[in-house]
Amino acid sequence: MGITGYGVYIPRYRIKVEEIASVWGADASQIKRSLLLEEKSVPGPDEDTATIAVEAARNAVARAGINPREIGAIYVGSESHPYAVKPTATIVAEAIEATPNLTAADWEFACKAGTAAMQACIGLVKSGIIKYGMAIGADTAQGAPGDALEYTAAAGGAAFIIGPANGETIAVFEGTFSFTTDTPDFWRRNMRPYPRHAGRFTGRPAYFKHVISAANGLLRSLKLTPQDFTYAVFHQPNGKFPLQAAEELGFDKKQVMPGLLTPKIGNTYSGASMLGLAAVLDQAKPGERILVVSFGSGAGSDAFSIVVTDAIDRKRELAPSVAYYLERKKYVSYAMYLKFRRLLLR
Amino acid sequence: MAVARFWREIPSRYNLIGVKCLNCNKVIFPPRSICPYCRRTGKLEPYRLSRRGKILSYTVVYSAAEGFEDQVPYVLAIVELEDGPRITAQVTDCDPSEVRIGDEVEVVFRKMREEGEDGVIYYGYKVRRVL
Amino acid sequence: MRKVAVIGVGLTKFGELWDVSFREMMLEAGIRAIEDAGIDGKLIDGIYVGNMSGGQFIQQEHIASLVADHAGLCPIPSTRVEAACASGGLAFRQAVMAVASGFHDFVVAAGIEKMTDLLTAEVVGALATAADQEWEVYQGVTFPALYALMARRHMYEFGTTEEQMAMVAVKNHANACLNPCAQYHTKVSVEAVLKSPPVATPLKLLDCSPITDGAACVILAPLERAREFTDIPIVVAGSGQSSDRISLHSRESLTGLKATTEAARMAYKMAGIEPEDVDLAEVHDCFTIAEIMAIEDLGFCKKGEGGKFTEEGVTQIGGKIPVNPSGGLKGKGHPVGATGVAQIVEAVLQLRGEAGKRQVDGAEIALTHNVGGSGGTAVVHILRRGD
Repeated sequence: MGITGYGVYIPRYRIKVEEIASVWGADASQIKRSLLLEEKSVPGPDEDTATIAVEAARNAVARAGINPREIGAIYVGSESHPYAVKPTATIVAEAIEATPNLTAADWEFACKAGTAAMQACIGLVKSGIIKYGMAIGADTAQGAPGDALEYTAAAGGAAFIIGPANGETIAVFEGTFSFTTDTPDFWRRNMRPYPRHAGRFTGRPAYFKHVISAANGLLRSLKLTPQDFTYAVFHQPNGKFPLQAAEELGFDKKQVMPGLLTPKIGNTYSGASMLGLAAVLDQAKPGERILVVSFGSGAGSDAFSIVVTDAIDRKRELAPSVAYYLERKKYVSYAMYLKFRRLLLR
Repeated sequence: MAVARFWREIPSRYNLIGVKCLNCNKVIFPPRSICPYCRRTGKLEPYRLSRRGKILSYTVVYSAAEGFEDQVPYVLAIVELEDGPRITAQVTDCDPSEVRIGDEVEVVFRKMREEGEDGVIYYGYKVRRVL
Repeated sequence: MRKVAVIGVGLTKFGELWDVSFREMMLEAGIRAIEDAGIDGKLIDGIYVGNMSGGQFIQQEHIASLVADHAGLCPIPSTRVEAACASGGLAFRQAVMAVASGFHDFVVAAGIEKMTDLLTAEVVGALATAADQEWEVYQGVTFPALYALMARRHMYEFGTTEEQMAMVAVKNHANACLNPCAQYHTKVSVEAVLKSPPVATPLKLLDCSPITDGAACVILAPLERAREFTDIPIVVAGSGQSSDRISLHSRESLTGLKATTEAARMAYKMAGIEPEDVDLAEVHDCFTIAEIMAIEDLGFCKKGEGGKFTEEGVTQIGGKIPVNPSGGLKGKGHPVGATGVAQIVEAVLQLRGEAGKRQVDGAEIALTHNVGGSGGTAVVHILRRGD
């Protein structure tokens, strides 16, 4: 089976590193260099994970060209679901008119909740239990004011419709491989507003160990090498980690850049690797192979090998591209950013 | 707003589901039980309105309705949808000074407001200018 | 159908009446009206009271019973009438119909609203219940926003300016200075209006009528018996009422109220007159733009010319068609349920020649115009000095 349709959404607003740095007296150019990031996306006051997921989902349905009532499962992965109890997935289901004959649930696994949902959809479709499944990764991530994460915690989402391999499929799954351990590198306790992280521990023992192990595990199981791939999309908490992981695995910077969005929009958490995949699909040619490796703190990585089909050229234009959302940006000041984030409560 | 009252109108609030009268061919939004033009000689069936329209008038609100205080100043507009009906909706995703009569807009799914810290979150339609 | 006359009028001062309760206001206006008519209370055989929302403002429904009770008028029939800000005008019309039809002889028509017990934000929320809850208020609409939408379209289509709208406020505040019962006794300048804080653009604070407490009451009698009580019966020559779609976006026009035009047409026809025959008008200026649209919709000038008309001074006391000599809702105040009846009181005083410093000379025919919400209801009455 494969991807029948995909769709994305990134909010309009952006805040520059300089703007945040000026408030905290930090060295903006040093931060930009070390994170390889210029600015991040900011959700408007009327946006949340549900509204982001809905627009991404509607775009995915448009590209898939299917009747939404044929979708048998909708799963939304996020660490910023609007409700602690009441699923985002049902709001999406209603907003794309997929109800009522389907299953739905919300997922959580830090930044890889969406790709875990993709694996579940693959299973449901492959076993014939459903015809199409939709997996969404979306977030309105929060970084504590003054914390390093404030520069990167961003908002955005991507939706993928997974279905049987047929004439409508735009990319086929060759395989998936996951690597999971109990590694507390980054967490948020119940009812607390901001996550905490373990500093440099989030690097080697967390991100790199899991991303590299999952990628190698996938390559070994499919008997493939980095040269068999045109693109490599990695989870991207900043602009540097994916390039470093790529180098260690033997991939080229050229393979990573098309799927690296963090420098322009920050880390969209559950949306990150899926948005990166969408950006690649916006330009990939039939026959090209894509590696996608997500990472969720806590910790785990899901790796996928995907091959693009002929149908991509016909279906790509049916919904807005990642570039469309990247280009329609509007800068905000730090004060406006606080207002949008409801930190200036009346 | 009572949960049931919000929930009952979800198809219209989320998806612009209105009705079309097969007798006079007019599209009506939000949906009604009898056609306002033909009354009982009308024959209504569900109709999904297109999400495009243009602004007929607008205002920038500084003195907010309850629940909308955090969004001040916000823009309200009367929008004529492609299919004919007009709606009242906020114009989101832009600076209030950018809005003009005649602007082309598209309908989007957004959060309207929340019932305090513990209550339900209300979603519905707003419009944004087509860039 | 027999002719109906107004034989007595009374009203309270309008304003923030901290010391006065709803019940006290009611009685004050009612007793004044009865004394003005010189009628024995025993003759009253019906009550119609306009009140928009006792339920929201003072948590009291069943206003009909409350009024009859405190007026000491039980067991006569008492009815509360509601159509948002047109509640008073409708109550008057119901009373007219009751007497004209012969169902009743001497009827009280009253309007009462006690608004200031709530916080301003709560009052604003209560007033918004006059709009479409599901498709306007749910979207973030406020009352000023609805009239602001009409104002901007009016400016776009006809070139009406914010200065012209401000002139309505200037005129009505100047008139209110001459009205002892008015809420405001200070003048405002065009500059002050333009500089006042924006509420919903293009409307600013001084474009908006205030929050007010007040009550007004009139006594109606069949014309054939009016002279037992007054030397100058004021005849209800015409009455018209019309409904329109509740939400602004559903209406045919964004620059005028069809309900006004329809109600006026009915009233002019019944009275057998044209707009030019009217000597003064009390219109529904809940916002300055509302008066500009009203004088167009009532036929005093062409659609689109209301701003120019105002600018030229035609609607001032002493002009060709004085509008809101009482100060209007803007200067006199707008206790919503009472306004429609208070307009009748002003019309009667003017026609009797009892309007003091704000008297319109030689007034023979007066028009009152009361609107509910953003135009879902309108009611127009034409009163004539009886001879």
